Amino acid sequence: MTALRRNATIAWAIARKDAIAEVRGKQAAVSTLTFAAVVLLLFGFALGPDPRRLADAAPGLLWLGLVFAGLLAVGRFHELETEDGALEQLTLYPVDRRSIYAGKAAIGALAMLVLGALLVPLVAILYAVDIVRALPVLSLTVVLGAIGFAAVGTFYAGVTVRMRAREVMLPLLVLPIVAPLLLAAVKATSAALTGDPLGELPAWLELLAGFDVVMLIAGAGTYGFLLEE
Amino acid sequence: MKTRILGVAALLAVIAAALFGLYGVPADLNQGDAQRIMYPHVASAWLAYLSFGVTALAGIGWLIRRDLRFDAVAVASAEIGVLFTALAIWGGMMWARPVWGVFWQWEDPRLTTTALLLALYVGYLLLRRLSDDPARRATRAAVVGLVAAVDIPIVHFSVIWWRGLHQPPTFLSPDKILHPSAPLPFVLALVGMLGAFTLAWTWLLIRRYQLARAELAREDAVRGGLVRRASAAAARPGVAARPAAAARPGLPTSDDGGTPQPKAPAEATQ
Repeated sequence: MTALRRNATIAWAIARKDAIAEVRGKQAAVSTLTFAAVVLLLFGFALGPDPRRLADAAPGLLWLGLVFAGLLAVGRFHELETEDGALEQLTLYPVDRRSIYAGKAAIGALAMLVLGALLVPLVAILYAVDIVRALPVLSLTVVLGAIGFAAVGTFYAGVTVRMRAREVMLPLLVLPIVAPLLLAAVKATSAALTGDPLGELPAWLELLAGFDVVMLIAGAGTYGFLLEE
Repeated sequence: MKTRILGVAALLAVIAAALFGLYGVPADLNQGDAQRIMYPHVASAWLAYLSFGVTALAGIGWLIRRDLRFDAVAVASAEIGVLFTALAIWGGMMWARPVWGVFWQWEDPRLTTTALLLALYVGYLLLRRLSDDPARRATRAAVVGLVAAVDIPIVHFSVIWWRGLHQPPTFLSPDKILHPSAPLPFVLALVGMLGAFTLAWTWLLIRRYQLARAELAREDAVRGGLVRRASAAAARPGVAARPAAAARPGLPTSDDGGTPQPKAPAEATQ
């Protein structure tokens, strides 16, 4: 129990450090949010002005926007560490590597939640979707999706952080892995928005939660090897 | 020599299985000759999964034993796996066009899963290309191979749920979608092709493993040569600084990202 608390404290410290750096730096956070908004705007142009089509596609577009912007965010939290040899310092601390992973995943999930808080209302406005009724379920879906994406994204950011061409490799590795997450999140979102006529919502939320658990375990179990390099 | 015998046996087995599949089995009642594509198609899909399973296990082997021979097995298996995954998709599309009327059927969970599988392991191979230090490459590849292997079942089940339309796999219930006009020859042709392909896979794996070992040995030699030349130059007064700096990227301690450095021969020959 004490070991778990110790690890949680370390993870908290790492997440807090990154959050402070992000809030003080501002540019990266603002540009990522702007990027996400522009993506949603362009989806609108790509699909044309038909409101029916946009409303139908809204859940998919929301999650594509979240995934694209999320890739920038999780990559960013590892890139921070490449400056001034910070990553080497981080690996010197005599702490459980899983807590470093947990801290990075936590800040990644938080960033996804911030993105979600911006994108969900934006989708409602741009694509004329009524989200008010569905808000509780929608929030749960975004939370579960954020955790799963951060679990995968943080792991692969750790893989690519010291690699050549990491800007291409991170999305290339993450996107096929998060396919089930995207699928379940889009299905859950559209079920939430339409009032779940088929009663399939619980199954998709379960799949999302299962994905989160499996990927967190896989990430925590393997991330330590990457820091040994 | 033994490998060569295996190779010849695999070649003969594949030819025999192909001839049997083409001429020994009557054409399918519903699908006609197109159904014959199923024999190599199912065999390729089986080898794809076998390869990625072996890659994941070899990755675990490397992480535990830290022996680069495990990594050589991993890369050999992954490359062959990508080949057979691509073959499986190609065969599937060739079959789907006459039977379903389209090359790509989003409602088929196995097709979409296999496409993601291809993307996952092409990424795996690219990741290897972009890592220069053998130990670092092996570690990255091992963990990525493991996470990919964990992801595949989730992908598969999610896609099945997604369509709500579940087609049972061909091999376990051949009568469901293939309606074979002659069940016994059909099963014989399928099993024969599976066996022949697996023999060919074994031969390819051994050969590619030997090649991977040779590549590692060459990387080692280049690295060692650089270190020797650098220390010899350092011993000579006056010219010490430059060759030592040029040799740095090849040393095991270096990072393969970051600041642009002169290309070491180890990278150039990849």
